[in-house]
Amino acid sequence: MAAHTSTASNRLRSILRVADLGRFGMIILLIVVLMGVAALVGAKENRVEVILASFLATLFAVATPLTLGALSGIYCERAGVVNIAIEGLMLGAAFFGFLASIYLKQAGLSDQASLWLGVAAAVLTGALFALLHAVLSITFKVDQIISGTVINILAIGITGYLNRQLFFQGQVPHAPGVLPVIHIPFLADLPVFGKIFQQQPVAVAAVLLVAITHFVLFYTPWGLHTRAVGEHPKAADTVGINVERVRYANVLIGGMIAGLGGAYFTLESVPSFEPLMTNGRGFISLAAMIFGNWSPFGAWAATLLFGAAQALQINLQFYSTSIPASLDFLNKSQIVGMIPYILTMFALTGIVGRTIPPAADGQAYEK
Amino acid sequence: MTSAEISSPSETTSTLWTAITRTVVVPVLAVFTALIINAVIIRISGGDPILAYLGLWEGAFGSPKAISETLVWSTPYIYAGLAVALAFKGGLFNIGAEGQLSLGALVSAWIGFALPKLLGTSLPWSVHLPLALFGGIFAGALWGAIPGWLKARTGGHEVINTIMMNYIAVLITSFLLNGVLKDPNPFNVVARTPSIAESARLTPLIEGFRVHWGTVLALVIAFAVWWFLWKTTLGFEIRTVGANPDAAKYAGINVSRIIVLTMSLAGGLAGLAGTIEVIALNFRQELGFSIGYGFDAIAIALLGRSHPFGVVLAAILFGAMRSGATRMQFLTQIPVDIISVVQALILLLVAAEEIIRFIYRIKAPKETVVLTRGWGG
Repeated sequence: MAAHTSTASNRLRSILRVADLGRFGMIILLIVVLMGVAALVGAKENRVEVILASFLATLFAVATPLTLGALSGIYCERAGVVNIAIEGLMLGAAFFGFLASIYLKQAGLSDQASLWLGVAAAVLTGALFALLHAVLSITFKVDQIISGTVINILAIGITGYLNRQLFFQGQVPHAPGVLPVIHIPFLADLPVFGKIFQQQPVAVAAVLLVAITHFVLFYTPWGLHTRAVGEHPKAADTVGINVERVRYANVLIGGMIAGLGGAYFTLESVPSFEPLMTNGRGFISLAAMIFGNWSPFGAWAATLLFGAAQALQINLQFYSTSIPASLDFLNKSQIVGMIPYILTMFALTGIVGRTIPPAADGQAYEK
Repeated sequence: MTSAEISSPSETTSTLWTAITRTVVVPVLAVFTALIINAVIIRISGGDPILAYLGLWEGAFGSPKAISETLVWSTPYIYAGLAVALAFKGGLFNIGAEGQLSLGALVSAWIGFALPKLLGTSLPWSVHLPLALFGGIFAGALWGAIPGWLKARTGGHEVINTIMMNYIAVLITSFLLNGVLKDPNPFNVVARTPSIAESARLTPLIEGFRVHWGTVLALVIAFAVWWFLWKTTLGFEIRTVGANPDAAKYAGINVSRIIVLTMSLAGGLAGLAGTIEVIALNFRQELGFSIGYGFDAIAIALLGRSHPFGVVLAAILFGAMRSGATRMQFLTQIPVDIISVVQALILLLVAAEEIIRFIYRIKAPKETVVLTRGWGG
């Protein structure tokens, strides 16, 4: 009986692995197609390898908040807490991180110090918003999707109000610029393609966090506890795991990672804040998390696909003059801008392999 | 207000009191508490909360014109709030009211200005107005039906899909309003359609005020939604699917069909919100005219306990805050955006009513409503 079960589960596992290979294959294929379009359009004005290198460099940069958002979601949902508040977490963190950086600069700190403390403030903001989500959904057992929506709306309200209250009247302090580019040793010195390895710190951290999250989730006791709580909280409770504490900790970790994602917008990408500037990235990263089957590397691959769609849009705008008249629709930023959103909906249909959420995802734990 | 819920004559006063506590006390206390917290926020950020609230009240109800403006603001909130509430009753979370609303507005504006030119003849009021009205409703319904169908067919969660469709709707609107539908008037630099024909317009309710027949229609529609949900078989099926899809399936209800239907109806209601703004108020569609109606609608539906009559009351409250905010800003220089903070706080306290119960020591049992479901289905 036991042997039979184990062969059945082995077979299931191998089927799943094949499905995941198909998923990865499709993602890579789609990224290659998007790169091909970019290369074709820009070919008249620039060498193909230069276009591809800059496309990949853009791709990794713009995928940063998506990757961090997806990792944030993975920590929360692997512990059984649905987190659709990532959008709000990132927006709030983008604002308060920026706010901290400009006032620290005004207080006399160097640009570098203000920026790094700004990142810390963003991470802290993410943690605070996530704490609210944890209190509402874990302690008060509010419907987790409602709680997430509340936080999203709260973040829009607070950032919109403070943005106007602080930045629309009187003397506005100067922003300390953006985080410096890190040259990754050796790789950054490669000809042409070295550009891909010249990235800013949050982008580098995002990639590192993918590997760290994978290790934490699958190779540490903490990860085992987290997954146990997300799959079968009652069983976890029975063996002495404190379900509430594990959930709280993971939601807070997730909040801090989303906060780092927020820092990307105002401290790494552009040195300014605009209301609603996260523009749905939090929701897209949730779709990436689902598409990646709640695994760090799977989700990362999916965020790279969304990043590629965005990189294509940026590329097309750059080379807009060499788009042939017959492909004029590529010149309309609105049409190309739809690609990530349509991809998201497509990813959710589950056409490419079925995804399986943690069994207790979204359920409050009743002792 | 809740005669349907308190129907049995044998109920004692204590259960009657419980029912009232359930439906009214918590929302009222939530609003009250939110205003207090908000006063603290205003005070910290350097304003005078008492002056601010007096300005808010004056701006919302201080004169006949103010009341008219409050009703004008409340009207789209009623429709959009109903769009979210109806979906909640069917166990679906419609975050897409925003997109459904803007496409409804777009289509009704197109019918309003372009159809007579296309046909080469002016249309009578009795034909043109209903066409614009139903065109807008249809567009919204279609935009709602897509995530409904995806949910029923593939299990793709409607929360993410409706949000994605909001962004797509914004891009479509921006594409068309900057392109083929743009007002060709040489003096026009704004992304907006030309004015719609007189034959597609609803008249003002009272001469000299902006309040229009769309407000009256909103009340009629709210009553119709209540009647539909509680007095018809289809409404019963929607509520059953919302309460327990498995039970609904065993009872022989076609759950997939009900999901698509619920989302289409919700989308149609939101489309109507946009349509009414076009045919009764703005007489054209302009880019970005509805920043946030759809999100406010979620707060309204939750505050109104997903009950059509509760939605009307909540919509009037939100409309009053929006319309009073301008006067408040004029008097106290506090940005109108503070209203978003109040609304978020209200939403927070309504959603987490345990907080309110804790603060005010309310003992009455909690009404458990399934609002939405996890990714699984």
